[in-house]
Amino acid sequence: MEEVRLMKGNEAIAHAAIRYGCDGYFGYPITPQSEVLETLSELRPWESTGMVVLQAESEVAAINMVYGGAATGKAVMTSSSSPGVSLKQEGISYLAASELPALILNVMRGGPGLGTIQPSQADYFQATKGGGHGDYHMIVLAPATVQEMTDFVALGFDLSFKYRTPAMILADGVVGQMMEKVVLPPFRPRRSEEEIRRQCPWAACGKMGRDHRNVVTSLELDSAKMEKNNERFQATYRAIEAAEVRYQEYFTEDADYLIVAFGSIARICLKAIEDAREAGLKIGMLRPITLWPFPSEAIAKAAARTHGILTVELNAGQMVEDVRLAVGGSKPVYHFGRMGGIVPNPNEVLAALKSHFPEIESSNK
Amino acid sequence: MTKEELIRPENKVYSRPRLLTEVNTHYCPGCSHGVVHRIIAELLDEMGLEDIAIGIAPVGCAVFAYNYIDIDWIEAAHGRAPALATAASRLNPDRLVFTYQGDGDLAAIGTAETIHAANRGENIAIIFINNAIYGMTGGQMAPTTLLGMKTATTPYGRRADLNGYPLPISNLLAQLDGTCYVTRQAVHTPAAVRKAKTAIKKAFENSLAKRGTSIVEIVSTCNSGWKLSPAQSNDWMVEHMFEKYPLGDLKNVEPEKK
Amino acid sequence: MAKVYGAVTIDSKRCKGCELCVVACPADVLQLEPQEVNDRGYHYAYTAQPSSCIGCAACATVCPDACIEVYRFVDRGEK
Repeated sequence: MEEVRLMKGNEAIAHAAIRYGCDGYFGYPITPQSEVLETLSELRPWESTGMVVLQAESEVAAINMVYGGAATGKAVMTSSSSPGVSLKQEGISYLAASELPALILNVMRGGPGLGTIQPSQADYFQATKGGGHGDYHMIVLAPATVQEMTDFVALGFDLSFKYRTPAMILADGVVGQMMEKVVLPPFRPRRSEEEIRRQCPWAACGKMGRDHRNVVTSLELDSAKMEKNNERFQATYRAIEAAEVRYQEYFTEDADYLIVAFGSIARICLKAIEDAREAGLKIGMLRPITLWPFPSEAIAKAAARTHGILTVELNAGQMVEDVRLAVGGSKPVYHFGRMGGIVPNPNEVLAALKSHFPEIESSNK
Repeated sequence: MTKEELIRPENKVYSRPRLLTEVNTHYCPGCSHGVVHRIIAELLDEMGLEDIAIGIAPVGCAVFAYNYIDIDWIEAAHGRAPALATAASRLNPDRLVFTYQGDGDLAAIGTAETIHAANRGENIAIIFINNAIYGMTGGQMAPTTLLGMKTATTPYGRRADLNGYPLPISNLLAQLDGTCYVTRQAVHTPAAVRKAKTAIKKAFENSLAKRGTSIVEIVSTCNSGWKLSPAQSNDWMVEHMFEKYPLGDLKNVEPEKK
Repeated sequence: MAKVYGAVTIDSKRCKGCELCVVACPADVLQLEPQEVNDRGYHYAYTAQPSSCIGCAACATVCPDACIEVYRFVDRGEK
């Protein structure tokens, strides 16, 4: 039986984590995502599923708790918002280097610095291009709805365990704070110790009769071995790129112009497109769901049928660089964005499209 | 009695601990780390903890502790060992989780993680090697470096007005309600080694009995960093280090009183 | 009267010649090899006065490299 509830995206994350069978959450309060820790604290999963919930002394401590928990094979997560996620970069790099699964939620706010507490998408570069030091990637999922916030907890954990690499849900203040109808997933039991040992034979959770010790480390001073490690990481990333690209297309089959947008702003773009279509303008949209791996091929394919592309982002133009790489100069690609926590309305999106493609009006026949 | 008659299994009173791996350590000759590793390996075996122990290694000279003691290990980022231990212990409550950290790791970059783990009373044991210097990076000043002590970054001696004061972090930790046992030991003589071993045993017992956080500080030598021979380093430690870092229990909450 | 016999074996390949065992030995049994070095270039410890050994294990207790093993036999005169 479906369990339908009305709740904030941040609250949905907490419910989804418990229902997934998450073993531990370690966080630190920061607006606009504190409801994750608050909801977990109210739900007291330690009394039901045995999930550990801990308010850490800092984001640095929280991500390193995630590292410690993940190293023992547990399904662990943390959440924060932009300034806090900057602090987590150390731990994320170590997670990637030690090939550990973990889920990190970033409910983005406007930066740089303390910036603002209003919604933003200005951490696209940080999430998709590394953020921490070293050659690594993490899987980045961009929810546009509270339902996706919910669903991406399970998806993020599953992908993260499948590939032994950290995954991030890159949400923004809109998706985190708004309330929507959501279908909650059924409860799944936490994995037993035997299941963890089977799924994670590498876990450093005590030998318990194993004939060798497990060591989880990101350190390798032998350069030849360290290069091999890096080659293994890169092979994993190529496998993820080949199998895990996710996106959604809207009205692309007959579109003359293409919008590329992710997360909450994609919903505003969709409204703009619907308005435009009523006026006879054939505009379509591609919404990347995985920001890494990026749907480059799908964008190139969709773009081939159009006259040009506009990316709409709540930043100064970050994803636009990946869209330009995807189409390789074959189509004009422009960016429209608002910054500092301002969310544009559908009319602004359409106006931006028309200003970059003035011929669009004449396409209306 | 001939040597052949004497060197027989039934007469053996001391052997290399089973849980030390065959690898030669990277530590300098005479380094205190080796002694502390050895007594940890002895205890894990004697207490039957091999299967349930999870060690958290630091950044610093002991970064490779995981190569030397044959149990499961997690290598932490610099200073974060108590955060890792917090999660490892809470998520695996029937395991023995201990950290092994130097003075830079525990008392400089990881101060927050150390104090908060101890203040939460995490059921972990913290083995803290205080040799008043950064060994791994080549002998720079540590938070515990004594006033006047010469290091690579205090070549004219540590000055309070420039570098602040040596940090007696164990005294600080002893003030916290979450700690059940804070002690300062050394490993410079056979008697001191035996006492240090007893202290670490007690720390492990506390963790298993979930009495809170135990801290065993080992005032140690770094003869390479101090630019003395191992034997001279021990003398220097007794003469200078023990004044600022006197040996003995700083806190020992008996189980029934806590 | 009981007599104590002791003996130590030193893994000279593992020994780093730190001399801490030499200092710790109450019976002056141990010395560093004055000429010879092991594969890693250390003047390793050896039993210069083996007959003085009482098997007290002080040397092994302070050895940072766990390269000393100790044997001890107490002859109580019972045959």
